[in-house]
Amino acid sequence: MAADRRDVRPEFHPQGFAPVSPQRRGLLRAGLGLGAGSALLAGRGLRAEEVASPPAEAPYSLSLGPGVVDRVYGQPSRFEAGVIRRNVPWLTASPETSISFTPLQHQQGIITPSGVFFERYHAGRPTVDPSEHRLMIHGLVDRPLLLTMEDLRRFPSVSRIHFIECPANGGMEWRGAQLNSLQFTHGMIGCAEWTGVKLSTLLEETGLTRGAKWVLAEGADGAHMNRSIPLEKCLDDCLVVYGQNGEALRPEQGYPVRLLIPGWQGNVNVKWLRRLEIGNQPWFTREETSKYTELMPDGRARGFTWPLYAKSVITFPCPEMPAKGPGIYEIRGFAWSGLGKVAQVDVSLDGGVNWQRARLQEPVLPKALTRFTLEWRWDGRPALLQSRAVDETGFVQPTLAALRRVRGTNPIYNKNAIQTWQVKADGTVFNVQLA
Amino acid sequence: MSSLHRVLAAAGLGTALLAAVAGAEERGAPRYGYGTVPTPEQIAGWAIAVRPDGQGLPPGRGSVEQGAEVYMQQCAACHGTFGEGEGRYPKLAGEGSLTGERPEPTVGNYWPFATTLFDYINRAMPFPAPRSLSAEEVYATVAYVLNLNNVVPAEFVADRDSLPKVRMPNRDGFLWQDPRPDTHEQACMQDCRKPEEVRIVSTAEGKTLTPRTTGPLDTEMPQ
Repeated sequence: MAADRRDVRPEFHPQGFAPVSPQRRGLLRAGLGLGAGSALLAGRGLRAEEVASPPAEAPYSLSLGPGVVDRVYGQPSRFEAGVIRRNVPWLTASPETSISFTPLQHQQGIITPSGVFFERYHAGRPTVDPSEHRLMIHGLVDRPLLLTMEDLRRFPSVSRIHFIECPANGGMEWRGAQLNSLQFTHGMIGCAEWTGVKLSTLLEETGLTRGAKWVLAEGADGAHMNRSIPLEKCLDDCLVVYGQNGEALRPEQGYPVRLLIPGWQGNVNVKWLRRLEIGNQPWFTREETSKYTELMPDGRARGFTWPLYAKSVITFPCPEMPAKGPGIYEIRGFAWSGLGKVAQVDVSLDGGVNWQRARLQEPVLPKALTRFTLEWRWDGRPALLQSRAVDETGFVQPTLAALRRVRGTNPIYNKNAIQTWQVKADGTVFNVQLA
Repeated sequence: MSSLHRVLAAAGLGTALLAAVAGAEERGAPRYGYGTVPTPEQIAGWAIAVRPDGQGLPPGRGSVEQGAEVYMQQCAACHGTFGEGEGRYPKLAGEGSLTGERPEPTVGNYWPFATTLFDYINRAMPFPAPRSLSAEEVYATVAYVLNLNNVVPAEFVADRDSLPKVRMPNRDGFLWQDPRPDTHEQACMQDCRKPEEVRIVSTAEGKTLTPRTTGPLDTEMPQ
């Protein structure tokens, strides 16, 4: 392993940007640090940003910066140190069987940076040596197959942009608004370009025998995470991927190889994939009976509810990204559907009384995050912002009230309701639910 | 129509699927020839999945009494002496209702198949040391947990014959066909509801459940 690719978070600087004016350089040379310099500036009534604004020259404009290979694997600017995956410690028993959240409030464009793509582990993140890793395909096949990573990379390859969303995304909010944060209410999702082999290519290679109807996917992690997937979906658009956003999969995403089941709940996209068994019936694993099933009000439960239905959320403004005074704002957000492309997104400023059509930003891809925007002239009065996605099947994202009427408040999973952000007169934003 | 085509057609699978597998079937040989054929020993070592019909269950057996011993040593620290669950670790036992405000699904009132217990314990437990139990110990633990839930009597012995025959209380509690779409909203654009009916009924404002959303994680802050 390359020791110089340490997984080191950028140092956090609570003071952020603290440049120094040319006039202060003398002081610095006299041995005062940046912090001391800006404190002195503050003492003189100067704001930090003024010293780098015209007509001043910032110190980095008057000197040499570090050269090439100063960082052999790049990191975001240290001023972005707060853009990180975050977790909700009270949610789960331990960090090894838990989830972290993508900072959607900072995501620029439809691709989630690999370093902040949400994590979901059932037994922690294994460290897998690709030279030792094997993928075994067996069961109702003509020819069982054992593949090295080198073998796998030789098959014809494809690249696709798709989201992966945990079906528990927003699951803490069925009974009421709990978390005042976009990251924590919607961050169990990420979207990436994935590269690998079509699963159909591999199953052509093994051949299928009589009765083949289901595929068991199993991971190499300590949970030996396993899910049953219908063969028809496997042969439709599923991939066995080793690439993510132009590089190898991140360990958090299943390095060296994971399943990609486009548009279906995250946990069937089995990470650290080591085994595919073809069978004639599902296995009814723990993850598809005890977990990832939805309790209805009558005490019965739904299982095998794989696709993620159309959903959207406004990412600006949001609790983490408040408005700052009246004026023109670009409302921004993401929409997605596990059934295909997003066809339209509407935005309401008044809690769903009236709606306006938002603009979809290219590219608009099936089963991928899609950006939408709408110009908003905010007069400074309180507002209730909502977004509503419609996908190419015609499915309309429901209100939370409509979902609750059918499913009650106990399902945990598959909550794709319209989100309401309350914007107060001072611009602060709160997560609220409407009658 | 080839035999494979008939099989797939009988299974109700589409033409795209037929096309996907037709090439390999007609040639009767792999196209690329990459990789190797796993040996029976290699397959047996990894093929640990167990189905409700018992397929995949290994030889061996374990009693409730033996299971109590394994459970106390390997499971009770997280799941509680009586399966009540410590902290946020899963509660294993309980026969409470699955309806109401705060239902508590357990093995006894929720899990539809006893075989799933074997599959899961065998592949994923004990949490810090998966695959460290023998088949006998797994069978015994399954027997004990089933007994904790009053699903089997104290003299129950779990093995590859008895486990598939255990009828779990919630066996028929699941719908395995996705009934969605189960909402049928319209994309109304104007005067979709009365303004006076727009009312906030729940807010996260003032609640203290949200971790920090700026700076380092809560757990990395100086105390």
